[in-house]
Amino acid sequence: MLRGMTVLLVCQLIGEATVRALNVPAPGPVLGMALLFAVLLWRGAPDWLDQVGQGLLRFLPLFFVPAGVGVLNHIQLMRAEWLAIAVALLVSTIITMIVTAGALMLFLRLTGGRKASGHATECH
Amino acid sequence: MQPNVTDIWVYLAQTPLLWLTATLLVYYLSDTLYQRLGQWPLANPVLISVTALIVFLTITGTPYQQYFDGAQFVHFLLGPTTVALALPLWRYADRLRRMLLPISAALLIGSITSLLSVVAIGRLMGVSDVTLRSLAPKSVTTPIAMGISEQIGGLPSLTAVLVIVTGIIGAVIARDLFDRLRLNDQAARGLAIGVASHGIGTARALQLNAEAGAFAGLAMGLNGALTALLAPILAQVLGL
Repeated sequence: MLRGMTVLLVCQLIGEATVRALNVPAPGPVLGMALLFAVLLWRGAPDWLDQVGQGLLRFLPLFFVPAGVGVLNHIQLMRAEWLAIAVALLVSTIITMIVTAGALMLFLRLTGGRKASGHATECH
Repeated sequence: MQPNVTDIWVYLAQTPLLWLTATLLVYYLSDTLYQRLGQWPLANPVLISVTALIVFLTITGTPYQQYFDGAQFVHFLLGPTTVALALPLWRYADRLRRMLLPISAALLIGSITSLLSVVAIGRLMGVSDVTLRSLAPKSVTTPIAMGISEQIGGLPSLTAVLVIVTGIIGAVIARDLFDRLRLNDQAARGLAIGVASHGIGTARALQLNAEAGAFAGLAMGLNGALTALLAPILAQVLGL
């Protein structure tokens, strides 16, 4: 637990420092994720790291709650246009999801990539 | 009796303990409700928790800063957990390597689609120019989105709200949308969720399927950097 958490924090710390030092257009933790990914490709994932990581990832939705409550401070900003904004966000999110997934499926087919993974329809 | 209760409240409301406990308790109850309702999309635990806490803070007249003093301990874990997204991604590294080109192309198209569609729909709906600029980076993770918003002349604080709402929308609709489209490729599902609804969507994708979660985390990270490069260019082209 201690070792795993330390590794995650060290990666985040290096990420944060790099972002500040090189003006990278990404948040520190995202760069930390890239760094850890590189380390994993090189050394693999030991159990002690995997356990801490999976333990944290199970609660990822919870960790967004405090920032989400921050909406409270800015509800006023949306008051005048909330309906238009809600429609724009909902429709754009649907379009983006469909286009992205559709584009990947198309390119996979074009490059002769793999068939559908995970739960194939006939499994249900 | 009355002053006593008030005294205790005044004391507790200023301690981190109360708001940290409230955050965990509300999330625990929301998640239990969500499971009881058979994971009904609108009972999404992030949506319910955030709404319940906002109502509670409003009723008790608690400023957000006071709440955050306690909740920050939960918020802090967002950083190391984002780093930990490398673990599921690593497990699918082989698949990722084989799909590198299609994934890069789909990411680029998804990123542009997100920017263009929200601006186009916003215009159709007649929102103001400042709101349009604040809407543009809505699909990327908050710190990047706020930076982009500032750069193209939006309101960073409005963008922060729009980003969170977009994430919750993505988390709520993802499963049913893909089920209805019979899109069963977990990599494609994950990539789409990560591109459209960043971390909050990624958290949902992880619950749905490990592979979807892995690709959502990847998409979130790459789409952030990509949008930071694309948004200023598109803002100029669109005359925002």
